[in-house]
Amino acid sequence: MNPKSAKAIVNGLLAGGAAVALLPLLWMLSVSFMAPGEASSLPPPLFPAYATWGNYRELFVHAGMGRYLLNSLGIASAITLLSLACNLGAGYAFAKLRFAGRERLFQALVGALLIPAQVAMLPLFLLLKTMGLVNSYAGAIVPGMATIFGVYLVRQYARSVPDELLEAARIDGAGELRIFATIVLPLLKPIMVTLAIFSFLAAWNDFMWPLIVLTGQEHYTLPIALASLSREHVQDSELMMAGSVVTVLPVLLLFLALQRHYLQGLLLGSVKG
Amino acid sequence: MNQQRTAWLFLAPALLVLGLFFVLPVIAALLLSLTDYDLYALADLRNLRFVALGNYWALLQRPLFWSALGNTCYFVALGVPLSMATSLGAALLLNSPLARCKPFFRTALFAPVVTTVVAVAVIWRYLFNTKYGLVNYALGGLGLHPVDWLGDPHWAMPTIILFAVWKNFGYNMIIFLAGLQAIAPELYEAARIDGASAWRQFRHITLPMLRPTLLMVGILTVAGYFQLFAEPYVMTEGGPLQSTESVLYLMYDEGFKWWNLGSASAVAFLLFALMFAFTALMLRTARRAEHADGVSS
Repeated sequence: MNPKSAKAIVNGLLAGGAAVALLPLLWMLSVSFMAPGEASSLPPPLFPAYATWGNYRELFVHAGMGRYLLNSLGIASAITLLSLACNLGAGYAFAKLRFAGRERLFQALVGALLIPAQVAMLPLFLLLKTMGLVNSYAGAIVPGMATIFGVYLVRQYARSVPDELLEAARIDGAGELRIFATIVLPLLKPIMVTLAIFSFLAAWNDFMWPLIVLTGQEHYTLPIALASLSREHVQDSELMMAGSVVTVLPVLLLFLALQRHYLQGLLLGSVKG
Repeated sequence: MNQQRTAWLFLAPALLVLGLFFVLPVIAALLLSLTDYDLYALADLRNLRFVALGNYWALLQRPLFWSALGNTCYFVALGVPLSMATSLGAALLLNSPLARCKPFFRTALFAPVVTTVVAVAVIWRYLFNTKYGLVNYALGGLGLHPVDWLGDPHWAMPTIILFAVWKNFGYNMIIFLAGLQAIAPELYEAARIDGASAWRQFRHITLPMLRPTLLMVGILTVAGYFQLFAEPYVMTEGGPLQSTESVLYLMYDEGFKWWNLGSASAVAFLLFALMFAFTALMLRTARRAEHADGVSS
């Protein structure tokens, strides 16, 4: 095969793959601006005849989408902040502080990664019920506050903090808390961004647990609301596409803005053992 | 001494949360699966009875459990290889020195990963609509008959598999890409001097060098695919004819629709046991293959 045609094949395949990956999303965007019923015609239109915001207005005015959007934002932000607070310290302790049983405890945690989260969900529901947290924002937030993956991610990164730096500070008489606040935290900034975006995306996209614990409509997050709407409005493809846009667009934009950090975290969390 | 105390101080929040909201519930789930916890027990704990392995035994005799297990295994058996092959193919293309605009293609191919399952499942439901969907329209353009993608019990699961591959392949693609970039270019150069074809280079350099990555990605992907739930929940509600009802779907229905929490916990543990056995099997097979080849690097 000559180099020219090889190049055409490689780039052609990539372009085809990118088209398959993006077309459903672009189609969603296009249909969301169509008039009700317009997408259900033959041949299926690719672009709206007259672009309209009507579906979005319908969603926000009549279907309570604004509320769901705020719920999603609030829950995902709370999980992000709390998971930073819990996971950063733990990850640093596993990486850099000496304490009895460190290796064994860490191995136990990594071993627990094998257990699918759903195994815990039934008793967790009963536990939160006795705590009065079922159908509350706290119920959706609380189990996401610390994750084994998050601790693992921070630990992998924090291992690159040079020991000499910490020892020097200790010899200078700095306390452990001060060392963490003034020396370690600034060095951990990149992994904080990574952990934040991971936590936010995971919380935003989470489906099964919110579906279980948020039983009342007023607490629904976007995915739960969308799933329930799509069961009611099976025929209204335009409305549902607008709902999908509202759900997907924030995380897609967030990813595009912080792509480098996200991909770095993805590799850190999986490749290096 | 001080360091030790600080360490526990730093660990405390995370360990407390994980212990209370993960470890404790997992242990409780095991105990729960040995009881007949149901709506009556939910109302009054005095109705709770210990049934030993009764839930497990009853499940193993229920056709619905076996069909859910079969559907999940079908999804894993077809979805995982397809997903991994797509990821590897995309990574090879992105890693090719001939590829242009790599950052754009990488982002575009990865985009579905960060989207919300529910939202994109809704999109696919309309794309695969029998009458007005673009997919059938395109097939019609090729002279093929329309397929009732999500309404035909034979097609519903393959459609969900296609969806899952589209949604997930970008994740492993990034991991494979990093693995490919870590292979020393000298190896390929030497092979080229020896006149090895592209296929033989792939077969004898790329694949063996990528083996640890392949194993790890395989294990993670299998674990992920066993947890099928949101896709059938949104796209088919487990139908048609329960052809897309997964094990977790069964657990959800058992637990939160019928409130048979004891039986639902047994479902969860059977799934966990299956995943565990599968992971152990994969590790073992990989280790044996490595011994057989005598590969050490």
